[in-house]
Amino acid sequence: MTTTAAGRAIVTTVLDVELISVTKRYGNTTAVSDINLRIPRGTYCCLLGPSGCGKTSTLRMIAGHEDISDGDIIIAGQNVGNLPPVKRGTAMMFQNYALFPHLNCVDNVAFGLKMRGVAKDARRAEARKLLAMVEMEKYAARLPAQLSGGQQQRVALARALITRPKVLLLDEPLSALDPFLRGTMREELKRLQRELGISFIHVTHSQEEALALADLVVVMDHGIIVQSGPPQEIFNRPATAFVARFMGGHNVIRADGGAFAVRADRCRIASPSPSDGHAGSIGGAVSSIEYLGTVVKVGIATAATGEVVALVPDDQFFAAPLALGETASLTWAATDAHPVTL
Amino acid sequence: MSSTIKAAAANPTARSGAKPGGTSAGAWLLATPLAIVLGIFLVIPILMLVVVSFLDYNSVQIIWSFVVQNYIDAVSSAATWQTFAVTLKYAVITWAITLFLGFWLSYFLAFEVRGAAWQMGLFLVCSIPFLTSNIIRTISWIPALGRNGIVNSVLLHFHLIHQPLTFLLYSQFAIILAFVHLNTLFMVTPIFNSMMRIDRTLIEAARDNGAGFWQTILNVILPLSKTGIGIGTIFVITLVMGDFVSVSIMGGGQSASVGIMIQNEMSQLQYPAAAANAVILLAIVLIMVFLILRVVDIRKEL
Repeated sequence: MTTTAAGRAIVTTVLDVELISVTKRYGNTTAVSDINLRIPRGTYCCLLGPSGCGKTSTLRMIAGHEDISDGDIIIAGQNVGNLPPVKRGTAMMFQNYALFPHLNCVDNVAFGLKMRGVAKDARRAEARKLLAMVEMEKYAARLPAQLSGGQQQRVALARALITRPKVLLLDEPLSALDPFLRGTMREELKRLQRELGISFIHVTHSQEEALALADLVVVMDHGIIVQSGPPQEIFNRPATAFVARFMGGHNVIRADGGAFAVRADRCRIASPSPSDGHAGSIGGAVSSIEYLGTVVKVGIATAATGEVVALVPDDQFFAAPLALGETASLTWAATDAHPVTL
Repeated sequence: MSSTIKAAAANPTARSGAKPGGTSAGAWLLATPLAIVLGIFLVIPILMLVVVSFLDYNSVQIIWSFVVQNYIDAVSSAATWQTFAVTLKYAVITWAITLFLGFWLSYFLAFEVRGAAWQMGLFLVCSIPFLTSNIIRTISWIPALGRNGIVNSVLLHFHLIHQPLTFLLYSQFAIILAFVHLNTLFMVTPIFNSMMRIDRTLIEAARDNGAGFWQTILNVILPLSKTGIGIGTIFVITLVMGDFVSVSIMGGGQSASVGIMIQNEMSQLQYPAAAANAVILLAIVLIMVFLILRVVDIRKEL
């Protein structure tokens, strides 16, 4: 009975995108293997994973630029099957922006409306509105080659939004920008998503980006979804050793019969005799010391798990400094250790 | 010119056309060999041509006196105008057909054929006919198109016709056919080159914005192939305008072209008249090239 109740509860949740057993095969290789994902309305969703994990194939299948080998994609209640992109209510922002080099900014943004037969004045007026939204109205008459990477990206964003998509798909949108611009654009993307109230699906290999932006983080590896959930959940309770390592800032420690993950900033360095207040400890020689400003990153080489790392607040570290090669133990509280599957 | 420089200045990714301060002796020295070659083989012959076009002549010799009579003769003769008109007609028809063929062949090679190896392989196949000379390729149409040629024999055999088709050879049809055959590759090569530079994600972006096949062709591929089309147009127009071999072989001596007219005048030792017509032809072709360059910026392709 509970399953029925749960089932009904799920059905009433309004979803923007639902993937049901979606599979993508290229010849004999399977890029995406039987994945299921539900993205509620107005969600900022990040598909996160190393290159070749299937995140881009997944995005391209949602976009309609790649055929689905198996399974169904439902966008706003409609099974999109093999519909062309524009009929799905999706729009994509390409990794290299893919602006038309022969058209100026206004005509690039107005392109989608031109294809729908909107008259020149009307579509240009609308395009100017969108350029204003991304603060690019000053550059309306410029060609893409006369713009910087960040400016091109804003134009690409305006072009993708002009068809009023229900879901915006972004393929590694920030990877081509320099670190400073990346930060600004990141804030801007989040702001736009909040203001428009539509779902964004953002493919990235940067866990920092995913944590900063997403309401829903989907970690992928080898064509499957390893874990999905809110960013705090992914970071604090990684389900597998892969997720813990990929998200970074974790020690994955092997114990008898399994492994657990502990955040490096929750670990402490103790004197060789383990103190009684801690639930766990592992010993070895100090193998690296890196001063990072607010924290000092101390690496300890252990026999059981290789190098483990503690991020020690700088004042604590310098109150009792360690030297390379010295014997030390890494300790943590029982509540900070989360079992992970290997 | 100034607009291009402005565009280049405003465009951070554009290659700068000229570097400042390049007038050192070393630069002149580097330019000398090419200047000598072009001087001897291009500038001096053209100057000689222009000089000769202003000389007088009689039936046996050139007379060293400055006259403009050759030009007056040329422009006052209805036959000359007709000949230029028919040559221009060949050029325009050949251009239209080779453009159509060149665009779609290039499109097929660049966008439909998967894999660089297949693309280059098929492209090389296109160039195989060029391993033989122009004249041989033209003459080889004769056994195919003649009164008892392959085409007529096949059509007669299948009772599709009852009389041999006579327009196939020694006709304007034959001339255009030969021109198209000889010149299509000159259209394919630059257009293919332009198309290979089109970023594939632009096609996807067009599709993402709701463009269908023809909309993508018209709004993305055609404008981005413009430079290649311009270069191909220059090749085809100049080759057809200057031709005399194909017209005389395929026209069976009954068709005129500016090239044939010049050749006839030379065979009658009317060198100044031939030179005047050559200068007029050169001027017309240069004007056409200039107009094409006004429309497309071929430096994009360099």
